[in-house]
Amino acid sequence: MIKSNLLIGITRILTGIGHRMIERIWRLGAGARLFFLTIIYSGESFKRFHLTLREIYFTGVMSLLIVIVSAFFVGMVLALQGYNTLQKYGSSEAIGVLVALSLVRELGPVVTALLFAGRAGTAITAEIGLMKTTEQLSAMEMMAVNPIARVIAPRFWAGVISMPILAALFSMVGILGGYLVAVPLIGVDDGAFWSQMQANVDFRLDIVNGVIKSLVFGVACTMIALFEGYDAPPTAEGVSRATTRTVVISSLTVLALDFVLTSFMIVI
Amino acid sequence: MTNNIVQIDNLSFGYKGRLLHKGINMVFPRGKVVAIMGGSGSGKTTLLRLIGGQIKPTKGEVRVGGEIVHKQDRDGIFKLRRQMGMLFQHGALFTDLSVFDNVAFPMRELTDLPASMIRDLVLMKLNAVGLRGAHALMPTELSGGMARRVALARAIALDPAIIMYDEPFAGLDPISMGVVCELIRSLNDALGATSIIVSHDVKETFLIADYVYFVADGVVAAEGTPDDLMQSTLPFVHQFVHGEKDGPVPFHYPAANYQTELLNQASVR
Repeated sequence: MIKSNLLIGITRILTGIGHRMIERIWRLGAGARLFFLTIIYSGESFKRFHLTLREIYFTGVMSLLIVIVSAFFVGMVLALQGYNTLQKYGSSEAIGVLVALSLVRELGPVVTALLFAGRAGTAITAEIGLMKTTEQLSAMEMMAVNPIARVIAPRFWAGVISMPILAALFSMVGILGGYLVAVPLIGVDDGAFWSQMQANVDFRLDIVNGVIKSLVFGVACTMIALFEGYDAPPTAEGVSRATTRTVVISSLTVLALDFVLTSFMIVI
Repeated sequence: MTNNIVQIDNLSFGYKGRLLHKGINMVFPRGKVVAIMGGSGSGKTTLLRLIGGQIKPTKGEVRVGGEIVHKQDRDGIFKLRRQMGMLFQHGALFTDLSVFDNVAFPMRELTDLPASMIRDLVLMKLNAVGLRGAHALMPTELSGGMARRVALARAIALDPAIIMYDEPFAGLDPISMGVVCELIRSLNDALGATSIIVSHDVKETFLIADYVYFVADGVVAAEGTPDDLMQSTLPFVHQFVHGEKDGPVPFHYPAANYQTELLNQASVR
C-alpha cells in the first residue's frame, strides 16, 4: 500500500515536471513564431512610421526621467566607490576611466535594460493584455486589420530604437554624475579625469560593443513584453501574472545575455 | 447567385475533447435579420467566430458568399471579413482613440479615401447612430449604451454585407436597449445588409428578427419566425421564451445528492 502510494506520488511529480517542460517549450516556440511574424509584417507597419514614432514617445521618451535620475546616482556611487579603492593604490586620477568603462561597457546597457523592463516592458504587456481582454485585438482581426502589423510591430521597433539611445544617455549622465562627485566634491584633477578617459576608452571595443549589447537587450526585452501581453489569458489575473512574468523573464534574460555577449566581446 | 449569404452545413466544433456543436445547419438569407438564441454557454458566440473565420470547425463547413471560410488562406479570410462588420458584446472600442478615430479606423486602414471624405463619412455614420455630437469624446467618457452605438457606427463604417451582433442588448438600460434595437433593424434595411444577432434577450430579439434559431445541447433545437416560436409547445423553447425557472434546462447544475453531500463532510471543502 505504502509502496503504491509512493509510486503514485513520484508519477505525479514527474508528470507535473513533464507538463511544465512541455508548456515552457511550447511558449518558447510561440514566442519565436511571434518574433518572426513581427519581422515579416514590419514592412506593413513601416509604411505608417508615425505609429512607431508614437510608440517611441511612450516607451522611450516617457522612460527618460527614470533612466536619467538612476544614471546620475549610479555614476555618483561609482565615483565614490572607485575613488575609495583607487586611492589605496595611488591612482585616483584613473577614476574617470573606471566610471566611463563601467558605464559604457556594462552598467549603461544592463541597468537601462532592467529599468526599461520595469517601466516600459510592464506597460507594453499590460496594454496588449488589456487590448486582448477587451476584445480590441479580435475586433481588429474581424475588421481584416492584422494586429501584428498594426499593434505589435510598431511597439517592437520602438523598443529596439529606444533602448540604445536610452543606454547612451544613461552612460552620459552617469559620467556627469561621476564627474560631479570626483572633481568638485573629492578634488580629483579635472584634466586628469577627462584625459585618462579619452585615452583609455576605445570607440570600437567599448562604445560600439555597448551599443550592440543594448540593441540585443532592446530586442529581447521588447519581444518578451509583447509576447507576454499577446499570450496573456484574457482575465484580470492573467494580465497581472503576465506583467510580473515580463519583469522576471526580461531581467534574467538581460543578465544571461550580458554574460554571453561579454564573453564573445572579450574573446574578440 | 444563391440567396443565402451565409450557410452553415453539418457543423461540428469542439475543443479539449468536448463537442460544443454537433452537426448544426443554418442559412442566413440576404437582407434578413436572423437571430441565434440559446442559453449561456450554448456556443452562440462561437458560431459568430466560426463565421468570421477566427476558429476552424472540427467537421462540416461555413460558407460566406459561397466561399468555404476555413479553406481560405489569411488573405482570403481578410477578403471575406471586409464584407463583414461585427459588434462585440462590450463594444471593443480602441481605448486610445477618440470616438471619431474609432469609426474612421477601418476606413483609414482598409481604404485609400482622402481625409476629407473620411471625415464626412464618419460624421454620417455617427449621425446615423445619433452620436455626431460625441465625436470628440474618448471611449472612457461614454456610457455603455453610447459605446455600443459607437461600435455599431464602426461596424457599418465600410457598409458591410453582413453585420454580426454579439449580445447587443446585454447590460443596457431600457432606453438604450430600445435605441439599439431600432438601429439594428433600420440600419439593416437602409444598407440592404444581412444581420446575424446572437442574443438571449427574447423580447428585443423577437421584435426585430425575421427568423430565429434556438441552439441547445450543440444542435438547433428549434427554428422559425418569432411568432411561430412564441406559440411553440416544445418544452425547451417554451421555457426559454417565457423565462420559466425550471424545465428541460434545470435550475441546478448537476450535483451529487443534496442530503448525502450535506452529511458527508469530506465531499466538499
